[in-house]
Amino acid sequence: MAKYNDKRTLLIFAIIVLLAPVLLAPTGAAYPDLMQRFAIYGIFAIGFNILFGLTGYLSFGHAAFLGVGSYAAVWMFKLLTMNIIPALILAVVMAGIFSLIIGYISLRRSGIYFSILTLAFAQMSYNMAYSVLTPLTNGETGLQLRLDDPRILDAAPPEGTLPSTNFFGLEMKEVFWNPTFLGYELQFNYGFYVSALLLILSFYIAMRIFRSPFGMMLRAIKTNQTRLNYTGISSRPYTLAAFVISGMFAGLAGGLLATMDPLAGAERMQWTVGGEVVLMVVLGGLGTLTGPILGAVFIKYLENILSKINEVVLQGWFAFLPGWTEGFVVAIVYPFVGKGWHLTLGALFMIVVIFLPGGLVDGSKRIGKLFRRIAKREA
Amino acid sequence: MGILEVSNVNKHFGGLHALNNVDLNIDKGSLHAIIGPNGAGKSTFLNCLIGKLKPDTGSVLFEGQAVLGKKPHQINQLGISRVFQTPEIFTEMTVLENVMIPCYAHRDGAFKINAFARVSKDSEIRDQAEHVLNDMGMNGKLNMRGGALSRGDKRRLEMAMCLVQEPKLLLLDEPTAGMARADTNDTINLLKHISESRGITMVIIEHDMHVVFSLATTISVLAQGAIIAEDTPENIKGHPKVREAYLGEAEV
Repeated sequence: MAKYNDKRTLLIFAIIVLLAPVLLAPTGAAYPDLMQRFAIYGIFAIGFNILFGLTGYLSFGHAAFLGVGSYAAVWMFKLLTMNIIPALILAVVMAGIFSLIIGYISLRRSGIYFSILTLAFAQMSYNMAYSVLTPLTNGETGLQLRLDDPRILDAAPPEGTLPSTNFFGLEMKEVFWNPTFLGYELQFNYGFYVSALLLILSFYIAMRIFRSPFGMMLRAIKTNQTRLNYTGISSRPYTLAAFVISGMFAGLAGGLLATMDPLAGAERMQWTVGGEVVLMVVLGGLGTLTGPILGAVFIKYLENILSKINEVVLQGWFAFLPGWTEGFVVAIVYPFVGKGWHLTLGALFMIVVIFLPGGLVDGSKRIGKLFRRIAKREA
Repeated sequence: MGILEVSNVNKHFGGLHALNNVDLNIDKGSLHAIIGPNGAGKSTFLNCLIGKLKPDTGSVLFEGQAVLGKKPHQINQLGISRVFQTPEIFTEMTVLENVMIPCYAHRDGAFKINAFARVSKDSEIRDQAEHVLNDMGMNGKLNMRGGALSRGDKRRLEMAMCLVQEPKLLLLDEPTAGMARADTNDTINLLKHISESRGITMVIIEHDMHVVFSLATTISVLAQGAIIAEDTPENIKGHPKVREAYLGEAEV
């Protein structure tokens, strides 16, 4: 068995995450809203990896748990308090209950039938949130805060303003430190640090699961379920436990999305969201610890940066090209940016799956090996 | 009284009567071989014992407990382990991990959420696994991936996975199928060694007469779904019915 240095990995990971506002500054991604999304989708992907990466059960339905988490959190904001703690707890609990029910039914089958069942459940949840469950979900408009919500634990906010989410008085949106560093204007806000701490906690939990006998059984399920059954292990409770754990991670992510912006819409439950997390995990490195987070950051970065590039920006970039070549290059690049950024994502995904089946983590390992070889040759 | 008592087992596949009133008594500590021509129902019989198939009628008692209708993992937890015709191992995991899993199954039962325990700190399980692998002569290969082993080593590994659970009954489905003579002899010695050193009752299904006659203490002959003879190897060799049904003109 390989020797792991988990303490060091965790420490390095925590430092990188906590310093993200500084480290990401040169990439243009260091604004609180995007960094918070990195952390939240990182949590979503970590949880999903426990199911898909370890047991090999591919679920397309995890968007439903994300949505359930968001709705639960917003209801807590409406009824109880704007403090995020009860909201996050209810989000995780509700997502856990939902995943227990959906998992119990879907896990009666494996392989493609399991995937289709989860997909069906996710679409069903989405459509129900849109239509018949309107009293709970507020249908098309989405569930929002209102001035006349009870919020029984909170003091009444000033006339005519909606209260904002907080952690015992610390407002999520508030930027508490705004220094200038090497010419970059840095923003440190509470919202990101709440998500970041939960991301580190999720990473730690995932790490413990990976190294535990429980995690070993999950990997055994992926490798040879028949042998496992004839070895005296009942695989169904294991897969169900993994399903519920990953559903709870998704619920936590959904709840955190609601703390960023206390609003929950049905589109969060759509299957494309569940498909996106599959892309994140595969792109980053299936079954690895850091891969899913890397994938989540990568995809959310592309989404936010590439989709903001429009024709004018492109013309600015290629203005140095003479005459018609400028228009030509712009015309070629244009479909890959702006609204067409999915095309870039698709192309990158294909390249990774075909040439780097281990994902970005595998890629970085190979690059590391290459450098070491070069260093050795020169030495 | 035997450790395994099979009485009156019948199994139909459509119009085919695959098992016809099979009665079998397996004595504790014996090495019982079941032989028979292709299609005689040997594998069907074994599958009925481990819960893969459910017979139409009949009963199977293991140490007085009913086995039929139980799930494979429940049957294993009773103390019955099985070696498959093609070794079933965890190909994507290391040899040591392969053996640690049955260790956990033996100690912790069919399901336990021990998500915060550390595998690397569980020296009890690790020692058990290493001890059995040592016995099987695989101590140099602990960190190899299961799938990278040679066929003979896969067989040894599978055997180690069964033995580490200290089963009361070990079922072997053609353990030497597709092996070269040298490997076959290795396997025979291995099985003899296991049987003598651990006193585990074994039921072995085999095609190769060389293996059967060098190992078995009792032989049952299955033909067209029915047991036509049960005796010691010496007597089976000369049994007229067996010669007719199975051995034919072949010299043994």
